[in-house]
Amino acid sequence: MAETSPGPAQETAPARSGGAAPASEALSLVPRAEGKQSMKDFKSDQEVRWCPGCGDYAVLAAVQGFMPELGLAKENIVFVSGIGCSSRFPYYMNTYGMHSIHGRAPAIATGLAGSRRDLSVWVVTGDGDALSIGGNHLIHALRRNVNLKILLFNNRIYGLTKGQYSPTSEAGKITKSTPMGSLDAPFNPVSLALGAEASFVARTVDSDRKHLTSVLRAAADHPGTALVEIYQNCNIFNDGAFEVLKDKEQAQEAVIPLEHGLPIRFGAPAEDGLGSRGVVRDPATGDLRIIDVTEEGTEGVLVHDAQAATPTTAFALSRLADPDTLHHTPIGVLRDVRRPVYDTEMAHQLEHAAEQGGKGDLSALLHGNDTWTVVG
Amino acid sequence: MTSQVESPAGPQSGPEGGQGPGRDAGSKEVRRLDRVIIRFAGDSGDGMQLTGDRFTSETASFGNDLSTLPNFPAEIRAPAGTLPGVSSFQLHFADHDILTPGDAPNVLVAMNPAALKANIADVPRGAEIIVNTDEFTKRAMAKVGYAGSPLEDGSLDGYRVHQVPLTTLTVEALKGFELGRKEAGRSKNMFALGLLSWMYHRPTEQTEAFLRSKFAKKPDIAEANIAAFRAGWNFGETTEDFAVSYEVAPASSAFPPGTYRNISGNLALSYGLVAASQQADLPLFLGSYPITPASDVLHELSKHKNFGVRSFQAEDEIAGIGAALGAAFGGSLAVTTTSGPGVALKSETIGLAVSLELPLLIIDIQRGGPSTGLPTKTEQADLLQAMYGRNGEAPVPIVAPSTPADCFTAALDAARIALTYRTPVFLLSDGYLANGSEPWRIPDVDDLPDLRVRFASGANHELDDGTEVFWPYKRDPHTLARPWAVPGTPGLEHRIGGIEKQDGTGNISYDPANHDFMVRTRQAKVDGVEVPEVEVDDPSGDAKLLVLGWGSTYGPITAAVRRVRAAGDEIAQAHLRHLNPFPRNLGEVLKRYEKVVIPEMNLGQLATLIRARYLVDAQSYTQVRGLPFKAEQLATALKEALAHG
Repeated sequence: MAETSPGPAQETAPARSGGAAPASEALSLVPRAEGKQSMKDFKSDQEVRWCPGCGDYAVLAAVQGFMPELGLAKENIVFVSGIGCSSRFPYYMNTYGMHSIHGRAPAIATGLAGSRRDLSVWVVTGDGDALSIGGNHLIHALRRNVNLKILLFNNRIYGLTKGQYSPTSEAGKITKSTPMGSLDAPFNPVSLALGAEASFVARTVDSDRKHLTSVLRAAADHPGTALVEIYQNCNIFNDGAFEVLKDKEQAQEAVIPLEHGLPIRFGAPAEDGLGSRGVVRDPATGDLRIIDVTEEGTEGVLVHDAQAATPTTAFALSRLADPDTLHHTPIGVLRDVRRPVYDTEMAHQLEHAAEQGGKGDLSALLHGNDTWTVVG
Repeated sequence: MTSQVESPAGPQSGPEGGQGPGRDAGSKEVRRLDRVIIRFAGDSGDGMQLTGDRFTSETASFGNDLSTLPNFPAEIRAPAGTLPGVSSFQLHFADHDILTPGDAPNVLVAMNPAALKANIADVPRGAEIIVNTDEFTKRAMAKVGYAGSPLEDGSLDGYRVHQVPLTTLTVEALKGFELGRKEAGRSKNMFALGLLSWMYHRPTEQTEAFLRSKFAKKPDIAEANIAAFRAGWNFGETTEDFAVSYEVAPASSAFPPGTYRNISGNLALSYGLVAASQQADLPLFLGSYPITPASDVLHELSKHKNFGVRSFQAEDEIAGIGAALGAAFGGSLAVTTTSGPGVALKSETIGLAVSLELPLLIIDIQRGGPSTGLPTKTEQADLLQAMYGRNGEAPVPIVAPSTPADCFTAALDAARIALTYRTPVFLLSDGYLANGSEPWRIPDVDDLPDLRVRFASGANHELDDGTEVFWPYKRDPHTLARPWAVPGTPGLEHRIGGIEKQDGTGNISYDPANHDFMVRTRQAKVDGVEVPEVEVDDPSGDAKLLVLGWGSTYGPITAAVRRVRAAGDEIAQAHLRHLNPFPRNLGEVLKRYEKVVIPEMNLGQLATLIRARYLVDAQSYTQVRGLPFKAEQLATALKEALAHG
């Protein structure tokens, strides 16, 4: 077996030629691909084993199609997953990958990304994996702001274990484990992430490839942890869960599309071509409410600011969604702010320590300050 | 053998050290001892651990052999003056090589009634007891159940009791400082340290330097403590109550030539991990969650960022090992440190590491269990957890250090196994090794083992059609290790996971024959780990009884064996560094003896493994008191085993 000893400790990306787009700050240390890549380069030789019609296929295709755009050396890309249907994802990507254990992918990826800044590390997880058994790791990854991109496939059901309710299932849901209806109040993953100090939070839908890709792009460019909630249809155990967001007519009422810098308008077009509904702040309570702009005018309609200093408005936006009907569900990038990135800071501490104390001298360390000598 | 061995000091006594702050201790009678056991005991807030540490440092730099036993409650500040709140520090030092912190103190320093009551049972008649009389108030004595004063009711007859108003004397000594009585009284532990330093001719310069540096930001407090320390020394020198001081000569002949320092198990372990990283030329990554008694390793490694050490304090035990495993995938020397309850939480990830076949060190500083158990006390009851505590067949090599300083070597050895065989490895230390200390001959860095590894860099398999491919589970035929292909290596992109893998390709496989093969291969890999043969100490070769131990019982067992031999009996001793796999010659060694006795601080876990594996009727001798064995107690047990042979 041919083996050599390259160090994993390298901290700078060799500038390879022929890459695609210029590297963003988040990816500046990741080596660029030589030559042009195509979607095919990211397909592994493994047979995809999701159920026919599963929303996961669409997400896989979108990710494989999007990867060449990043122009990264694919050996420097790693997909880490937990357990669940979506967590089979790494097997289908022709990159490095680890299919780990239930809920722990963010922890494992934290160690990898924290020690290898030359890698682009992606976590693939589901609503059960990320929000139930792995809830602790998710919130702490977001809080730390490690350079990870977390794709949370939310189908509001446990699929791999054949149909129990999940932490995002609507209250009262009838499943095999809740024949009289679930008693749990669901999590809103976007609200949760915002509460956990996330620096990037977005929501998208499996079937809207264009939107999904645009969110992936924004996440990839974000330095720090990015959480992307992807509404994903489980056609076996929870079919049609997001139909209201996909059906053109219903979506007009259900979806609040968010674009940074644009007024938050949705619904059937008003005279100005934008949606007839708008989101305004109630001066009495400070909370958000939805108005009909044809009646109340466009003055006061909020302009979406994903880079707002505080997550307050993003959180309020996330709370507009009705967990039962999914009406007024914000879709898009809710929050995208810069703050110190854990692995960058950790590397700085190491550099600083070496500057201050000199590079470690093992013999000096072992000797310490209090020694005595025995002569023979 | 529990009392002090005394002889009048010769005229040439005390040339090195033994000098108080600018004074000559020679104006009183000086007796020479070959060894002394001192126990400092007081309230959790009295600073007994610091006092013991300082006395230990003085003793180490003087050149005695020594062994220590800190013993403290889990509560940071238990209610003052109560029995559960008593904290103690025992130090055994000698002019020859010693193996344990000692069975019974020759000197007990009791800072309050609770400390006296909690410790008196361990102190043999004839020993010296120094009590702080200021604390022996009616209320304080009643609090711990003394009906009358033990200082007056004759219950201490037969002891040499020194009644010293430590608090009052300290406050008096600090009159020149602008401190209240309460504040000044806090320095009474330094007064006691000064007194003991006078009694045993300890060098004092280092303690003064230590206090100046510890309180660098509060020079007044530093000077007050130094003044209390000197006052204690002077008190010994001048008061008639202390008529005699003692010398314990350096243990020069006990030590091979070299440079020495005093070191605790957790510090030695931390240094071993840094050394392993340097010798492997791999960055060290520690994923950990605070837990007693392992946190000191996290603290220590966090100081050495200039060695490229990344220490990560995770949100929980699971994330600690998860992050370490992620770093291992990325090519770091990865470590997680914990104690028994943490191991329980990490079990699933250890199983994943077994399946992924990545190098990973799992450091378990064992403590009393089950559950939260005795967080600050020692035990070695995690052996079977380390051996079997996972779902499925998930073999993990196990390494155990035998003394505090040995934790250094054990860490390097655990790293060797992990890196060579691409496997998680358990290192089982315990609370006694972690906090206990002893002199350590500092190794020459050039003599440390070369742990460098080779990452995979290219194809390793040719398909039938001639295509060159990389197979992540194609093994080294000798070690059965799979290649370590780290992300960033072009052409080796591969996916691994916890689902059973096809031999060679590493692709998901549910094939029955493949699973059977993979389970057996993972076991064979661990069974094949190269470990040195176990050495047997059997001077005459005629012993009929073998005493077998592992881990931190090495000191007490060896001391007990010496006593048995000193009494004229023959006994063989062997001690295991490797618990999985066992040394190749262990079965043959066991069969050589008519009787095998296995002392353990559990209910017979090694004995269970030995009996199952070798069909040897090993006899278990166990204790789970949260404290190490006493040498005398073990010697008695061994003599009984010999007698009933």
